[in-house]
Amino acid sequence: MTNGTMTSELAEETSERGYLDMDLLRFTTAGSVDDGKSTLIGRLLYDSKAIFEDQLDAIEEATKRRGDAGVDLALLTDGLRAEREQGITIDVAYRYFATPRRKFIIADTPGHVQYTRNMVTGASTADLAIILIDARKGVLTQSKRHGFIASLLRIPHLVVAINKMDLVDYSEEVYREIVRDYTAFSAKLAIHDITFIPLSALDGDNVVNRSTKMPWFDGVTLLHHLENVNISADRNLVDFRFPVQTVIRPNQNFRGFAGTVASGTIQPGEEIVALPSGKTSRLERIVTANGDLDETEAGDAVVLTIADEIDISRGDMIVRKKNLPQISTRVDAMLCWMDEESLDTSRHYLLQHTTQTVQAHIGKLEYRIDVDTLHREQVETLGLNDIGRVEIETAKPLFFDAYSANPETGAFILLDPYSNKTVAGGMIRGAARGADEVETSEEKPTLEEQKSPDVVWEGWNVDLAEREERNGHQAAVVWLTGLSGSGKSTVAREVERRLFEAGCQTMLLDGDQVRHGLCGDLSFTPGDRTENIRRVGELARLFFYQGSVTLCTFISPYRENRDWVRSLVPEGRFFEVFVDVDVETAKERDPKGLYEKALKGEIENFTGVSAPYEAPTTPELTLPTQQLSVDDCVQRVLDMLAEAGIVDDALGES
Amino acid sequence: MKLVDSEKHLDRNSHLKQLEAEAIHLMREVAAQFERPVLLFSGGKDSIVMVHLARKAFYPARFPFPLMHVDTGHNFDETLIFRDKLVEELGVNLIVVSVQEAIDAGRVVEETGPEASRNGLQIVPLLDAMREYQFDAAFGGARRDEEKARAKERFFSHRDRFGQWDPKNQRPELWNLYNGQKRPGEHFRVFPLSNWTEMDVWQYIALEGIEIPSLYFSHEREVVDRRGVYLALTDFVTPLEGETVSRRTVRFRTIGDATCTGAVDSAAATLEEIIEEVAGARTTERGGRTDDRRSEAAMEDRKKQGYF
Ligand SMILES: Nc1nc2c(ncn2[C@@H]2O[C@H](COP(=O)(O)OP(=O)(O)O)[C@@H](O)[C@H]2O)c(=O)[nH]1
Repeated sequence: MTNGTMTSELAEETSERGYLDMDLLRFTTAGSVDDGKSTLIGRLLYDSKAIFEDQLDAIEEATKRRGDAGVDLALLTDGLRAEREQGITIDVAYRYFATPRRKFIIADTPGHVQYTRNMVTGASTADLAIILIDARKGVLTQSKRHGFIASLLRIPHLVVAINKMDLVDYSEEVYREIVRDYTAFSAKLAIHDITFIPLSALDGDNVVNRSTKMPWFDGVTLLHHLENVNISADRNLVDFRFPVQTVIRPNQNFRGFAGTVASGTIQPGEEIVALPSGKTSRLERIVTANGDLDETEAGDAVVLTIADEIDISRGDMIVRKKNLPQISTRVDAMLCWMDEESLDTSRHYLLQHTTQTVQAHIGKLEYRIDVDTLHREQVETLGLNDIGRVEIETAKPLFFDAYSANPETGAFILLDPYSNKTVAGGMIRGAARGADEVETSEEKPTLEEQKSPDVVWEGWNVDLAEREERNGHQAAVVWLTGLSGSGKSTVAREVERRLFEAGCQTMLLDGDQVRHGLCGDLSFTPGDRTENIRRVGELARLFFYQGSVTLCTFISPYRENRDWVRSLVPEGRFFEVFVDVDVETAKERDPKGLYEKALKGEIENFTGVSAPYEAPTTPELTLPTQQLSVDDCVQRVLDMLAEAGIVDDALGES
Repeated sequence: MKLVDSEKHLDRNSHLKQLEAEAIHLMREVAAQFERPVLLFSGGKDSIVMVHLARKAFYPARFPFPLMHVDTGHNFDETLIFRDKLVEELGVNLIVVSVQEAIDAGRVVEETGPEASRNGLQIVPLLDAMREYQFDAAFGGARRDEEKARAKERFFSHRDRFGQWDPKNQRPELWNLYNGQKRPGEHFRVFPLSNWTEMDVWQYIALEGIEIPSLYFSHEREVVDRRGVYLALTDFVTPLEGETVSRRTVRFRTIGDATCTGAVDSAAATLEEIIEEVAGARTTERGGRTDDRRSEAAMEDRKKQGYF
């Protein structure tokens, strides 16, 4: 080891305090072979004192046996013998260390080409992902793949650790170039918090201690970031979901339902619904061995009792009466295939979701995603390490939320009923298009329900193809979604101007504008927001069939609503553009002074302050407006349209 | 040092509350997915913590599985007394599987020599008992931080009909969804404490006020110095040629088979002092176990054969 001294401050703190009020951060690491991942983990463990002398001795001996000198920190994290012999890590391994602030659980996953499966496994429980990049090599295909998986699995925080800075003379320019490349790439992903840190795992620069060799870097060290990144806001505390694991019945007088609160909070006295029965009752007690609780929230393992005798068993879900999950036997999902035996659409599998296990059948394989280019490919099957979008039918209804809104109720695994192996991990996007919603309650207005059933639709008089022929371009709906102040309108106005000047038929529908007229009667409650989008969606559809490139700028916080609009126009003609900005920045920008009012409580149901925003799962385009100029954003939208063949290539850059 | 104030309600985001919830979730999954689970009880602090968690997981009901102790016959008296008292308090069923009986019946052959250990011999009687009682899931107190080979162990660890573990062919474990599907005759080992470290266990014991055997606290006793490891002088451990016996103030960081569980010099007589000591410790718990030291891959070999 070149620099084995731990900061004495850290050592003192660590041994002085009892670590009792720490919280827990789970992170995963990914990198290509030899990027220095093992060295980095070894460094974190060593510098935080999680390595003991006998382990060090063993490593020293092992290093010597291999004919090397000193201590190879990487050996600390190479577990099984087969791997030691091959000199590579082949599976997910878990490591632990703690500082006085936090306990850390590392899911160490290899960056090998064929091991997408391991990274998905490690990422499924992670709050944060560290992606290693060798400063000499820059952004490789694999670094992108790791970013894509992190985004697919909705890891809320990403750190790009640019390692081996010592080998590029601690060059700021090299660092900046990698940041630029990676930012350009990650714009396509749903990653909201990304932090870049230049470091040297071998020497420890910017890992635990600030580097003196990179004075140009004004960010924090890796450990500092890990200790301070805010994860308390990542949980879904809105939608109460309680999948029942088992029934506790010690005697005739007590009947409780044991489980872990998947999301949301609840208090005794609140009205509940049991799914699938739809029976309602009232929550009576929240029982734990340490006494009853006044409230329980996501993550708690508790026992609930309810006021009425209703039949509830394992696999059922207890929810709040006014906030139901989606219920369907057909779901649209992303699958990551993990078995050597490929997906077989003619077979049955078992699908394990929350505490339910049901028979399932993959009805349709929509496409596979090439994880390197992010292109969609038509394929017949999914093989080991493939990721694809499918439609799944289940023998019994699932109670779920979109994975993007609630990973706990959006995640599932597929099991092979013959080999019993876990063959795939899946993330639900929503009910499959056209799937019948299983009715349980009148509370959540779904868009479908409101359609007039008796109107017979005749088809268009002049059809779209003729209009497009005359216009010289295709029609499309470009849907810009994002927080107030994210820059939706600014971008859309400029895009429309450019399209118009190039001779395109266009229309711009803007949130504020329709609120003054068409939707002037609507408020901002969830029900009215849904109705607002319904009207606007129908309006966009009319403009679409009239041949326009229709730009729509609406906060549109609910995924379900946006997906519904998507379903109104043909495949490939709807472009969801996620105008991404973090709430803090939006608050600072606050062009209309709305955040200020919302924060003072003068506006109710304000997205980002007092109402939730569900970010898109797989938008066609993400615009990280904190990193891009308006011109860049505009150009990306135009490029996207040109690339999809909607408008002339000349409008696109390339 | 500030220790937990057990009166104070710990924040539910604290790591101990999260680890507890994770373990309880896992135990309930096992109770729901399997027909005949059993909890492997060694008498050590980890299995005591497991019993405590099982009580909480099914409260106010009794936990729906028996305890099973695979007894090497080389116990500290304190361990057995503690075990029997706990079982009586809980009113649960305890199954004792004897390694001595397996030796007498010729099912296994005792190792010889100064480093002979009965740890490896536990495998056969354990698997025999699993078959006899038709247990299909066994809780173990192993933690991933204990040893390198365990770092890759799953929460739900599949064992084939021969009780064997195949590290190359483990089922991926995603989110908190645990696949307990198996064929007849196969079983699972389940490790609710996978994500706990030694420090977490001690803190939790302090937080919850869990009783543990006195061996864990500093006391004076006669020990044999065997290649740097202090073994308690007992009926089964006597000094070999060249070894000395001395009286020292020690405590045990793990308590298992008395012939290979080493004591450490320590004055830590309270939980607070133990936690302080663990925070400053520079060797692992298992560093005091002679059986793991035999070779770098010792644990991995034993695990493949069906060790805990
Ligand atoms: N110069 C330099 N070498 C490094 C650094 N980090 C890792 N290495 C070396 O890169 C090689 C691969 O590191 P390792 O941690 O095994 O990579 P892994 O395959 O990603 O786990 C080893 O020889 C390390 O010593 C660094 O920051 N600077």
